[in-house]
Amino acid sequence: MIELQEVYKKYPNGVTAINGIDVKINQGEFVYVVGPSGAGKSTFIKMMYREEVPSSGTITMNGVNLAKLKMKKVPLFRRNLGVVFQDFKLLPSKTVYENVAFALEVIEAQPKFIKKRVMEVLDLVNLKHKARMLPTELSGGEQQRVSIARSIVNSPKVVIADEPTGNLDPETSWEIMNIFEEINTRGTTIVMATHNREIVNTIKHRVIAIEAGKIARDEQRGDYGYEN
Amino acid sequence: MKIRTIGRHARESLKSISRNGWMTFASVSAVTVTLILVGVFFVIMMNLNRVAETIEEDVQIRVHIDVAASKDDQQSLKTQLEKIPEVKSVTYSPKKEELDNLVKSLGEEGKAFKLFEQDNPLNDVFIVKTKKPTDTMKVADKVTKYNYVAKVKYGQGKVEKLFKFIKASRNVGIVFIIGLFFTAIFLISNTIKITIIARRREIKIMRLVGATNTFIRWPFFLEGLWLGILGSILPIILISIAYYRAYDYIGPRLEGTFVKILPFDPFIYQVSGILILMGALIGVWGSVMSVRKFLKV
Repeated sequence: MIELQEVYKKYPNGVTAINGIDVKINQGEFVYVVGPSGAGKSTFIKMMYREEVPSSGTITMNGVNLAKLKMKKVPLFRRNLGVVFQDFKLLPSKTVYENVAFALEVIEAQPKFIKKRVMEVLDLVNLKHKARMLPTELSGGEQQRVSIARSIVNSPKVVIADEPTGNLDPETSWEIMNIFEEINTRGTTIVMATHNREIVNTIKHRVIAIEAGKIARDEQRGDYGYEN
Repeated sequence: MKIRTIGRHARESLKSISRNGWMTFASVSAVTVTLILVGVFFVIMMNLNRVAETIEEDVQIRVHIDVAASKDDQQSLKTQLEKIPEVKSVTYSPKKEELDNLVKSLGEEGKAFKLFEQDNPLNDVFIVKTKKPTDTMKVADKVTKYNYVAKVKYGQGKVEKLFKFIKASRNVGIVFIIGLFFTAIFLISNTIKITIIARRREIKIMRLVGATNTFIRWPFFLEGLWLGILGSILPIILISIAYYRAYDYIGPRLEGTFVKILPFDPFIYQVSGILILMGALIGVWGSVMSVRKFLKV
């Protein structure tokens, strides 16, 4: 479960990105985070994986208060969390297999287990046959699938996705969404920031709209609500 | 950390060296160039130092024994001299020997002194060597006050100047080596920093999937180590060959003089060891310092 209480975020340059947010996301939910550019969406997402720390308030995820989490404990926290980015963030010098395996090597998992588990998730995202390729040899959609595979290889309770379809064509975007749906049906919470109107309006889930650093709207099975 | 993980880090660091081909080349070249400089300078310094040592070792105190001293007095003086903590050895040289040496040292003209063989005006002498050449003056001062000591000679005035000169040149050498060492560290860590800046994305991603700083640092640490060691190979080969040749050429020409250069074996092995160590140290230091900057994500 994720819970934000009285969260404010003011950057050193004086910009207030988050201006008092209270929200609760239950285990297994699928939540879209929408809103115009510069509304604080990005900051909201970044605080979820502790790239940013709130200026005040608490963010509790899986029982951990991220606002008070010590720098040293951050890696441990991130191991129970999957993060997917718009620009994939794959290691360019590592193969598909190595990129996914990396998240398990970090936690010093058994080599046998790593092999089995990596192939399992690559199978889930349908990339088993490209395991030995480098990211540069893949299409954008395939790269994003690798990054999703990496985010779930640890079997995290929560996956945070920051505009995962932002760089992809519509057809590929649907493919990616299907994978997220699949992951969600297995019980993983998904928090996804998106600008994709069509997706939000077609695959209905809870929608949290952020405007001017506040929650403007929070609807179960909501609409995108913007003209794009 | 598990042994398996150390193995993983080692593999990772080697892979990264081969994958970052040009960056590896740049870093290794930087190490190579600086270590050649350091190495050559070091070899020269050590040899100059050796020469200085030989000169210093030649310094001795000649204690002229009063003619009035009996055998027993001489013996007690010798014991007294040997008891001085700074003294290494005391050798007795009777006046006959002294005269012979004098005659020999003057060559043809010395023959004139042969007349004195019947009535030798010289003193018997104790030749005193100190453990540390720089203690010469101190010991000489002490010995002057002993009974039955006629004169104490050690090249007064000249020796002081010589020691001053040697000390100054040693200090200059040390300053040079330290300066060169830091220049090397600066140059190399800069090159390594550039290679790591190129990979800061990689480090950020590692942090994002939950790698601890230690985990991220290890492969870089090892990579720096390999780069440093790789970079020291060429300097070692070049300096070994050059020194071998130089020793072959210069060695025989110095025969008979008091100057000697250090023998190839074991000197060049010591130099090689130092160069490898320096390479490794510089490589590791450079990469660890550079990675540190990017670990605060």
